[in-house]
Amino acid sequence: MNRRESLKAIGLSAASAALLQGCKEETVKKENAAEPVKAETGRQAFEVERNNQLKAQTFFTDHEMKTITVLADMIIPADDKSGSASDAKVPEFIEFIVKDIPEHQVPMRGGLRWIDMQCLNRYGKTFRESDSNQQLELVNEIAFPLKAKPEMKAGVAFFNRMRDLTASGFFTTEMGFKDLGYVGNVANKWQGVPKDVLAQYGFADDKI
Amino acid sequence: MTWTAEKIKITITGYFIFPTFSFLSLIIFLKNFISVMGDLQIKKSATVYDAVIVGSGAGGGMAGYVLANAGLKVLMLEAGPFFDPKKDSLQLKWPWESPRRGAGSTRAFGDFDAAYGGWTLDGEPYTTKDETDFQWFRSRMLGGKTNHWGRISLRMGPDDFKSHHIDGLTEDWPISYDDIKPFYDKVDRLIGIYGTVEGLPNEPDGIFLPPPKPKLNELFIKKGAEKAGVKVIAGRGSVLTEALPGNKDRGACFYCGQCSRSCKVYGDFSASSCLVIPAIKTGNLTVIPNAMAREVITGKDGLAKAVSYVSKDDMQEYQVQGKVIILGASACESARILLNSKSAIHSGGLANSSGVVGKYLHDSTGMGMGGFLPQLLDRKRYNEDGLGSLHIYSPWWLDNKKLDFPRGYHIEFGGGMGMPSYGFGRGIQNMNGLVPDKNGNKKEAGGFGLSLKDDYRRFFGTRVGMAGRGTAIAYESNYCEIDPDTVDKYGIPVLRFHYKWSDAEIKQAKHMQETFTEILHNMGAIMTSKTQGPETNYGLEAPGRIIHEVGTVRMGDDPKKSALNKYCQAHDCKNLFVADAAPFVQQGDKNATWTILALSMRTAEYIVEQRGKFNI
Repeated sequence: MNRRESLKAIGLSAASAALLQGCKEETVKKENAAEPVKAETGRQAFEVERNNQLKAQTFFTDHEMKTITVLADMIIPADDKSGSASDAKVPEFIEFIVKDIPEHQVPMRGGLRWIDMQCLNRYGKTFRESDSNQQLELVNEIAFPLKAKPEMKAGVAFFNRMRDLTASGFFTTEMGFKDLGYVGNVANKWQGVPKDVLAQYGFADDKI
Repeated sequence: MTWTAEKIKITITGYFIFPTFSFLSLIIFLKNFISVMGDLQIKKSATVYDAVIVGSGAGGGMAGYVLANAGLKVLMLEAGPFFDPKKDSLQLKWPWESPRRGAGSTRAFGDFDAAYGGWTLDGEPYTTKDETDFQWFRSRMLGGKTNHWGRISLRMGPDDFKSHHIDGLTEDWPISYDDIKPFYDKVDRLIGIYGTVEGLPNEPDGIFLPPPKPKLNELFIKKGAEKAGVKVIAGRGSVLTEALPGNKDRGACFYCGQCSRSCKVYGDFSASSCLVIPAIKTGNLTVIPNAMAREVITGKDGLAKAVSYVSKDDMQEYQVQGKVIILGASACESARILLNSKSAIHSGGLANSSGVVGKYLHDSTGMGMGGFLPQLLDRKRYNEDGLGSLHIYSPWWLDNKKLDFPRGYHIEFGGGMGMPSYGFGRGIQNMNGLVPDKNGNKKEAGGFGLSLKDDYRRFFGTRVGMAGRGTAIAYESNYCEIDPDTVDKYGIPVLRFHYKWSDAEIKQAKHMQETFTEILHNMGAIMTSKTQGPETNYGLEAPGRIIHEVGTVRMGDDPKKSALNKYCQAHDCKNLFVADAAPFVQQGDKNATWTILALSMRTAEYIVEQRGKFNI
């Protein structure tokens, strides 16, 4: 069955299937982080230009990027279902997004320095140079907002942001989608909640 | 079309200028302009169109569609670029195709949203006074705000058009529901809408395609709402759940849930795909994109003659002539154009001898809350994108005579396993400590590592949200006016807003919060929204935020109290019409678009009829 036939088979009208067939093939292309793009259909010129400018800039230092990588992989490590945050290029995403949304910049830069200072005072080393037990000890003190000590609140705020950015970066990749089991963004025919799911939640007898 | 200016004369042929504009003529065009730079001049087209329309959204688009199909030669000015969803939509893109994963850094509603423009536009400011927090969303592109809207398509009811009798707070429209019903019917057939026939007194039924089935979260919502005494019915939206009878240019919905990106198969309503592009195909409609209207030029007889605009492509000044001028630039932009169109005869701005232009500005109220359904943790996965408009909603269900606020609201619901994008999992530390883990043990909020990673999976698809959209009272004291001190980068004086919510809206928002809290509680949801008090108006959004602003060039039978007559024709200038949401006298809780379409169609048919009688 070719693509058009399969679209028809799921109940799409001939017109929708034909139109979709035509537009889908040209649009599938991967975002290449490094390469400047000249123009993109449906994008205003200023958007393309802005993306290129942001990609050409560097915000985080090498040390900061390495620290972000350690933290991101502590937040989302690899398991039997999917890879780690760095496997999904989360640090690269964070580098881009802080340039794109500048209000992240000061809290991220300052937060990274805050954890380094904590580690320097405690262990005589920066966070990323501390050993994994020391890193764990510090992260445990800032990763649980409700039980964190008052003097660790700045670290909690930073870690909340870091956790959010890591989740955004991970679960918006192909790896993240597979992990999550998101199966949409394809042409289909919505026919309501599947019967077994209706039964599972006690809606089997409802008139829907 | 022939353009004349002192030193140049250029002829452009073709009904649709820019695509048919050859590269060579573009070069000549630009060269000529470069040669006259330094002495800026206004290029006047010799062509006199039957109608010149400013704006290509729901109002302008419908007027263009009706007039072009009636055989009139129509010119449409659009302040932004041409946009055809078939080609330009970012539908079906994956988040990783955006470096910001869909974040709203350059587009207010996300990187794949169709709307160009936003709350602020570079070089096009607006101002406020008296501590007003009014926010003005502008979408500069073909189709305007219809590119990204929620496709929620509600008719206003008999009590919305004639509401004075309810409590004396509001004024009646010069037309009744019965006057506009035939046009709502025609809009339904022309564009397509789904819904269910309910027979409710103030929520008139339309000519409906079948509605989509509810999602799982919505079944819980329905149960919780009904337990709170809130009626829930199928949504009403302009999405083709089936092929539209008699229309071969548009495909049916394929359920990606991305209407806000605009639809490549034209499966939903955008003014571009359903009105302007079909009108261009008649050969009678010409669109000039990137044409920012400055003012309407009137003659010594006081009639409208031309529209003056600046081209964003070459920054040159133009004038185009029309026998009829129709403004469909959006409620506030149309008011701005009129107020900036001053002449000896129209000294307070065009169509403004009453002084009402800019006044009676009102936007729907808005207040939203959300939470998650713990019973849906670890739910089974399937494709639940559905369609990109409402699956279910609650029309206003109570009697205000028994309440402490005068007018009602409807509720829009959402939730489910939508496509993740930037912001996914945000604030999980506010959720994952509220429910036991998989083994039934209490869990510390926040965290990291394998257990956190699993929480993101567990919580996927558990969220529910609801938002009220209510009637705001049209007050003379809420208005936009020309800011005497400020111009935009084109030298056009800008709007200044003054807007204050009254008790009517604030108490309504308080009621929304109480209702939503009860519904969330009834469905077993855990609320993640904080309960808000009077210091934040109980969560009432700033005016403008709901993007239903209307009322700034209102219609009425009395020329002393209104700018337009019951056909949206200016009392002061019989060949000037307004075809967007500006003529609304008093909005109900219903979203404005379907009424804009019906009103504009009615106005355009009136223009055709009056031309036949040689009255305009």
